[in-house]
Amino acid sequence: MTRDDFIAVENFSFFYGEKQALHDIDMAIPERRVTALIGPSGCGKSTLLRNMNRMNDLIEGVRHRGDIRLNGHSLYDPKVEVISLRKRVGMVFQKYNPFAKTVYENVVFSLRVAGRNRKRELDEVVERSLRSAALWDEVKDRLHDSAFGLSGGQQQRLCIARAIANQPEILLMDEPCAALDPTATLKIESLIRELKEQFTIVIVTHNMEQATRCSDRTAFLYMGRLIEYGDTKQVFENPREEETEAYISGRFS
Amino acid sequence: MADSSNAFATTGRSRRGEPFVWLTAAGLTIGVILTLGLLGLVVVKGLEVFWPDRLEVFEVDQDGATESVAGYLVQDRTRRDLDGATHEEIQVFRGNLELYGEKFLFLDKADIRDTSRPDDLLLVERMEGGHVIGTAARIEFGDGARVGAEDPEFGDRLEALIEENEERRKELKEIEKDQIGRNAKQVKELTLRRRLIEDGVESGSIEAIDAELQELQAEFARLDEERGEIRERLEADRFLVASADGRELGIAGGELLHVFEPNRAGFFARLGETLRRMWSFLSDDPREANTEGGVYPAIFGTVVMTLVMSIFVTPFGVIAAIYLREYAKQGPLVRAVRISVNNLAGVPSIVFGVFGLAFFIYFVGGVVDGWFFPNAEEPVYKSGGILWASLTLALLTVPVVIVATEEALAAVPRGVREAALACGASKWQAIQRVVLPASLPGILTGVILAMARGAGEVAPLMLVGVVKSAPDLPIDAAAPFIHPERQFMHLGFHIYDLGFQSPDSEAAKPMVFATTLLLIFIVVVMNLSAIIIRNRLRKKYATSSF
Ligand SMILES: Nc1ncnc2c1ncn2[C@@H]1O[C@H](COP(=O)(O)OP(=O)(O)O)[C@@H](O)[C@H]1O
Ligand SMILES: [Mg+2]
Repeated sequence: MTRDDFIAVENFSFFYGEKQALHDIDMAIPERRVTALIGPSGCGKSTLLRNMNRMNDLIEGVRHRGDIRLNGHSLYDPKVEVISLRKRVGMVFQKYNPFAKTVYENVVFSLRVAGRNRKRELDEVVERSLRSAALWDEVKDRLHDSAFGLSGGQQQRLCIARAIANQPEILLMDEPCAALDPTATLKIESLIRELKEQFTIVIVTHNMEQATRCSDRTAFLYMGRLIEYGDTKQVFENPREEETEAYISGRFS
Repeated sequence: MADSSNAFATTGRSRRGEPFVWLTAAGLTIGVILTLGLLGLVVVKGLEVFWPDRLEVFEVDQDGATESVAGYLVQDRTRRDLDGATHEEIQVFRGNLELYGEKFLFLDKADIRDTSRPDDLLLVERMEGGHVIGTAARIEFGDGARVGAEDPEFGDRLEALIEENEERRKELKEIEKDQIGRNAKQVKELTLRRRLIEDGVESGSIEAIDAELQELQAEFARLDEERGEIRERLEADRFLVASADGRELGIAGGELLHVFEPNRAGFFARLGETLRRMWSFLSDDPREANTEGGVYPAIFGTVVMTLVMSIFVTPFGVIAAIYLREYAKQGPLVRAVRISVNNLAGVPSIVFGVFGLAFFIYFVGGVVDGWFFPNAEEPVYKSGGILWASLTLALLTVPVVIVATEEALAAVPRGVREAALACGASKWQAIQRVVLPASLPGILTGVILAMARGAGEVAPLMLVGVVKSAPDLPIDAAAPFIHPERQFMHLGFHIYDLGFQSPDSEAAKPMVFATTLLLIFIVVVMNLSAIIIRNRLRKKYATSSF
């Protein structure tokens, strides 16, 4: 049984200082599905995504109202440790950002910081994660070379492998293909479709085709508000709101 | 002007701008010329020192009589005397201090009747009294034997004499420094213990100590005798040199260092002699108030002090910078701290010297002595030493490291930090495992800039442990091998000492240039290695994210 409100965003508002970036967002993100966040630049997609692992806590002067629940538990519960939360929520960024380490050390980073250093376990994790990220065959002979020797697409898949190495429940992706060429993009998209068997995926994208190709549900944000949220097919073929219609038909960006 | 501005509207303006272009170009040119000129002067003068000059014999008219002066040309100049007449004159180095009382001499060119370059002129280096110039006369051995210069074996005998005596000097040094030194130290320790036992502070047998002391005294007597013997042998043989004016000058075998015939030497022999002199400059101890010999202890002191300084300054500066940049809440207080740190770099360095003297030596050193050496007769740590000098310089250069580290930390892309945090790393783990390695090139640049700055600093060192001549190196074979309390020599101070404190400034001049060249060379090498290491690391850690 999968849960329909695995991530429950409840009446959530978010402020950068005086500036309100999100207005009363309410949405339920289903387990082991791909949910796409679309909308014009600056509408608050990244802000919403980055609140799901409390990455925005790093910025000074931010505050929020409302709540986000993960499998029923509030992220903002004072008892929640941010570090353990982030272990359950992996994240992939717009620009691939491997560490200045070997491929191997990149993948096992999250285990190392958790104090898990047994060689056998790490070896297993490296192979499993790289296979899941569809990268194993390409890098299995270069595990101990610098990660910077890989191509851009490979580096991004390495970042995906790194994000899933510690077996999180959720995978957040902020425009993961924005810096990649079309071939690499297609690879990542098919990877996303595979990964949803294991993970609940939330993906921010600028690319409408990408949303239709790999997401089950789509949320359209506009000026910090959730305008429309539903099955991808419905949102794209039969949008209920005028703004959604205007956006997906490319009348504004 | 009117029609031209019609045709090309911009001409007038660019023409008006031109003088400023020229001005800036001239400014740059002057700067470059000055720098290159300075460097060129130091390089030429510094290298010239090692090139062996030809020796000449000048026949000079002096009050009617003709006198022969042998030596090499130092400078050629025009002097104007009080009533306005000009004299062309040359300065000659003629050595032979005992015969003439002065090593240098000015000759009026008008008085010079003749110049020649006899092949058999020798340039003799000796331990004391400076060089000797003349022709070989004979060797008089202690056992009465004599070998004249015309003897075919003479050359070999002279060489053997030099080598033999070098061995003897080494033996003497080993006895004096190591064995007698160790003996004296043991006697001192035992005497102290004996006193403590007598006073009832410690328990032990006075008889046993007395026995040991007696043994040590016997050993000392034996060593002293041995030392006397070697000294006698060093004095026994004499090498006699005939000066240009026909007098004879004897050099004890133990004093002889090196004999060279510059006029007979071809290009390669002179080149070989140049390299030998360079090597002896780098590897020998100074002699004769630093004006002769080498600068090895000063190189050693400079390098050790600089390394110890970087060992202190790196962790301190990096930790401070991490706190300032990563943990401290950015606000007026942190901004004030940052400004103060930057301004610290502008405080005159002598102020740091005064601080080091007051705080490190008098206060910390006093406390250390009080705790660990309460019975020492003279201060151990409460006096200048390489440890305090290094700490003082670390304080002086810490702003460089802090600023460089802060910049390097700030330059690490946010994406990399966020990626680490998103993987479940704590803030410190992210800094330690990802941010610090990525900023390593920048940090290293800062450290080596600090090293270069520290290596060239002199003023504060004079207050905290640099001396013109230190008998022992701060690291040597005597237990405990590392002596952080010892005073030391330093190239920068050496230049100052040679140039301005030397009793014989004329003789010290070449050394000043050579030492300056060496110091510049060391600083340049350090800076170059900074650039190379940084570029290497930059390639290794080049981040592919923004
Ligand atoms: N660190 C920040 N400080 C202040 N305002 C921010 C910050 N990050 C984003 N914003 C603002 O919040 C709004 C939403 O930004 P973002 O979530 O990045 O949009 P999107 O990802 O949809 O392009 C924008 O108006 C942006 O200017
Ligand atoms: Mg964004």
